[in-house]
Amino acid sequence: MVVQLHQPVSENKLREVFSKFVGEIYQRPPLRSSVKRTIRIRRIHYIDLIEYNGKYALVRVGCQAGTYMRKLAHDIGLILGVGAHMRELRRTRTGPFKEDETLVKMQDLSEAIYMWREEGDERYLRRIILPVEVAVSHLPKIVIRDTAVDAIAHGASLAVPGITRLTNNIVKGSLVAILTLKGELVALGEALYSADQITSMNKGIVVKIKRVYIEPGIYPAAWRKCKQ
Amino acid sequence: MSKGAGLEFIEKLNRYGGVDAEWIVLRDNEETDPRYGVLPYKRVIEEHIRNGVINLDKPPGPTSHEVVAWIKKMLGLSRAGHGGTLERSLPK
Repeated sequence: MVVQLHQPVSENKLREVFSKFVGEIYQRPPLRSSVKRTIRIRRIHYIDLIEYNGKYALVRVGCQAGTYMRKLAHDIGLILGVGAHMRELRRTRTGPFKEDETLVKMQDLSEAIYMWREEGDERYLRRIILPVEVAVSHLPKIVIRDTAVDAIAHGASLAVPGITRLTNNIVKGSLVAILTLKGELVALGEALYSADQITSMNKGIVVKIKRVYIEPGIYPAAWRKCKQ
Repeated sequence: MSKGAGLEFIEKLNRYGGVDAEWIVLRDNEETDPRYGVLPYKRVIEEHIRNGVINLDKPPGPTSHEVVAWIKKMLGLSRAGHGGTLERSLPK
């Protein structure tokens, strides 16, 4: 983000104020926003000064999702006592996504669609559009049996017998991706126990489902037969 | 169907997402039935698009909302969304 200062301050002063904003901060969503305007807490992981010329400060901010950067720049200006506002903003990473070879431009997409529709060549489109599973690739994972998939698709919670394997980085409260043995995203959920605890259990619900991704009917409804 | 290809794909996801955790295997003898579902990279193109994400370098100017609407139209989709920066458009 580029922050424009309304009056120059020393680099030391700037760094000092940045450090005050690292940690938990309060923010009220701006007037024109799409969420409820009540004060909320957001965590700022770091504010690194990359370049400074007395007027513009180029900074890299690591923060929790839902932090208003324009507000942050404004508040930094208030604490500096000189006023400041955000001049430019660029998101350099979010979830697993970075500015890497997967980052594409609108033109790339438009040309890939042309190649698919007009030339019948879908290879370009496949390079640009990534499987949805990539979007949850940074999360801890639980791989489930075929027989557990459709129950979750119908809204059931995940119980221990449905699990084939899990990553050992799951802690209580983790957001976890639930995948089939083929690697398809089934759902996202909140782990109710740590990986070690889950491993030592032989029954019981271990994940509270937050979002179901897969549609019902793709895998057989083993749970229906059990009931009958 | 052997679960090898699926687990290999999941390993790739872990590498891309920077997850270097170890697996705890509870049931290793479980296979997956090839009649149901599909390997994520083997979806037919229409399905691939419907279940896809794009890491898009949004041009400055149009809002994320507008860009999503364009892409929906370009691909003829009924549902699409974005996870972008919280930034209102500047009054013109």
